[in-house]
Amino acid sequence: MDAKVESGSEAFSLNADQRAIQEMSQAFAADRVAPHALEWDEKRHFPADVIRETGPLGFGGIYVRDDVGGSALGRLDAVLIFEALAAACPGFSSFISIHNMAAWMIDVFGNEEQRKRFLPKLTSMEWLASYCLTEPGAGSDAAALKTRAVKSGDHYVINGSKQFISGAGVSDIYVTMVRTGEDGPNGVSTLVIPKDAPGLSFGPAEKKMGWHMQPTRQVVFEDCRVPVENLLSDEGQGFRIAMAGLDGGRLNIAACSLGGAQSAVDKAVAYTGEREAFGQKINRFQGLQFKLADMETNLNASRMLLYTAAARLDAKAPDASKWSAMAKRFVTDTCFDIANDALQLHGGYGYLHEYGLEKLVRDLRVHQILEGTNEIMRVIVARHMVGRS
Amino acid sequence: MKILVPVKRVIDHNVKIRVKTDGSGVDLANVKMSMNPFDEIAVEEAIRLKEAGKADEVVVVSIGPAQAQDVLRTALAMGADRAILITVDGTVEPLTVAKLLKGVAENEQPGLVILGKQAIDDDANQTGQMLAALLGWSQATFASRIDLGADRAKVTREVDGGLQVIDVRLPAIMTADLRLNQPRYASLPNIMKAKKKPLEQKTPQDFGVTVEARLRVLRTEEPAVRQGGIKVANTAELFDKLKNEAGVI
Ligand SMILES: Cc1cc2nc3c(=O)[nH]c(=O)nc-3n(C[C@H](O)[C@H](O)[C@H](O)COP(=O)(O)OP(=O)(O)OC[C@H]3O[C@@H](n4cnc5c(N)ncnc54)[C@H](O)[C@@H]3O)c2cc1C
Repeated sequence: MDAKVESGSEAFSLNADQRAIQEMSQAFAADRVAPHALEWDEKRHFPADVIRETGPLGFGGIYVRDDVGGSALGRLDAVLIFEALAAACPGFSSFISIHNMAAWMIDVFGNEEQRKRFLPKLTSMEWLASYCLTEPGAGSDAAALKTRAVKSGDHYVINGSKQFISGAGVSDIYVTMVRTGEDGPNGVSTLVIPKDAPGLSFGPAEKKMGWHMQPTRQVVFEDCRVPVENLLSDEGQGFRIAMAGLDGGRLNIAACSLGGAQSAVDKAVAYTGEREAFGQKINRFQGLQFKLADMETNLNASRMLLYTAAARLDAKAPDASKWSAMAKRFVTDTCFDIANDALQLHGGYGYLHEYGLEKLVRDLRVHQILEGTNEIMRVIVARHMVGRS
Repeated sequence: MKILVPVKRVIDHNVKIRVKTDGSGVDLANVKMSMNPFDEIAVEEAIRLKEAGKADEVVVVSIGPAQAQDVLRTALAMGADRAILITVDGTVEPLTVAKLLKGVAENEQPGLVILGKQAIDDDANQTGQMLAALLGWSQATFASRIDLGADRAKVTREVDGGLQVIDVRLPAIMTADLRLNQPRYASLPNIMKAKKKPLEQKTPQDFGVTVEARLRVLRTEEPAVRQGGIKVANTAELFDKLKNEAGVI
């Protein structure tokens, strides 16, 4: 696919590197992920082995610097990768996205010693990483988080809990936002917490609508001790670090919706060309053709907005956060509707597990909620337009 | 030893093929193209031979449109050392390809040429054999295992009903079968490094070859749609159908 996007004065299209990256990611996804996605979903199986296979391919630190094994690519490159992986399984892609978000935070905000200590194992995917911001009482209002870390000699002692943590229990590293100071965003710090830290435990796996191939659990800290060397940047910087991670994370999650929706459209085009009703292929009905045309149009509108937003983050545009929020909101809403429409076009078969449509709908639904709900995306966009209320 | 690997840009194996409505050929507009899977296996084998210290350079060559650069880049990202693109638009028949490859082989003097056993678009399965004939070199087709020595090689071939092991003198032409190896994915860092590797552009004239069509495609058709099966009630009905409908007994 040769995408051409006009964004303001600068135009871009996929270059030869990006086409190669896309092609490799699609091939891996088609061979190693797609054939198993339904089974992983049904059995709630976490495919740690296949996830780790992506380390040697460079997926463990897509936009991490190369001195620690990262691939040193950009955000648009990453979006192409997550889109390709999500066409095979949105949950698989999103897990790798979260791992990358956490690794990037250590790369950018960690000191040299921390980068050398954590990143080679994260970029190779010997270690997997989770991102811990949300708490039982603080989701959208993340700056109200209450998990407290108190310095005691050369350790922080942490008490509290994190809610809905993707990969909890299977990840080796937890990049965690904790309160070290005053109330509000300025009292938050970021700690890198290894799985074996004393006082760290996990809740039971949540029973959830989609994303069945990866566990979501509470992370519980009871006098959990972490050396002070695991503080990223300075005390009080944690909220800024968390939000910086999310700008890219939001693009990635949008890419996970885009890939899922692309696969839904592909399935719908194939199915409606085979299924017959009233003596003809159902894709001969104009009412259905209009639906397909709208799905294709909305899919590509999503793609153009997402690629543009990614290019703006690559260009470090001052309004990149706004574009990430706009893309996350628009793409995850639009692509959910596309998947749902594709299910409808499959009639009763769309409701059956083996056709893969109901899984796509279930998997894409959560992208409208996490990494900042789509309401919060509107809050961010509006703030860029009319200022803070 | 230098290994030459020809690679072809073909319609991707995951694409659902559609025949053009006028029957003039397969619809290639907006269709994903990629490296012929058997050529990927050939590239992988060459790289493994280099990694094992049995070869010192892997050169990939493609004959096709300018976009065939993408498959050359894939081969470079997998680990080939340099690439040659002979730009030709439109179809090129196996004999023309073999003549061009002969020219490349004469320039490059490889100890070994590994091709895919066939390309999945036209399934001709001719290029390797024709190239061997034009060069007068040994050939070992449908290889599922290659044991490379200094001036000879033992090749296990997949033949009807089993395996055949032959011993050939080098330089030789080999064609890769499906079970020769499982090709690697190019890693992201290697994809980025690939663009720094040399890619030389050539034309058929550089080899004194004129590209001409000796065959004419009369018509391209979709395969007949497979009819749904039925359940037979008993063996008598089965025999009746085999005899009178299928005509096989
Ligand atoms: C499967 C799954 C995986 C997750 N993984 C992670 C993870 O790995 N790490 C992590 O930190 N978190 C994770 N989350 C948490 C997720 O980010 C939060 O659920 C999300 O931010 C919303 O927070 P909440 O659930 O507390 O909802 P609330 O904040 O309570 O929101 C409830 C509703 O109110 C709306 N709302 C709130 N404030 C406003 C406002 N100002 N204006 C308008 N509407 C508003 C919200 O949009 C929402 O509709 C995950 C969640 C799920 C379901």
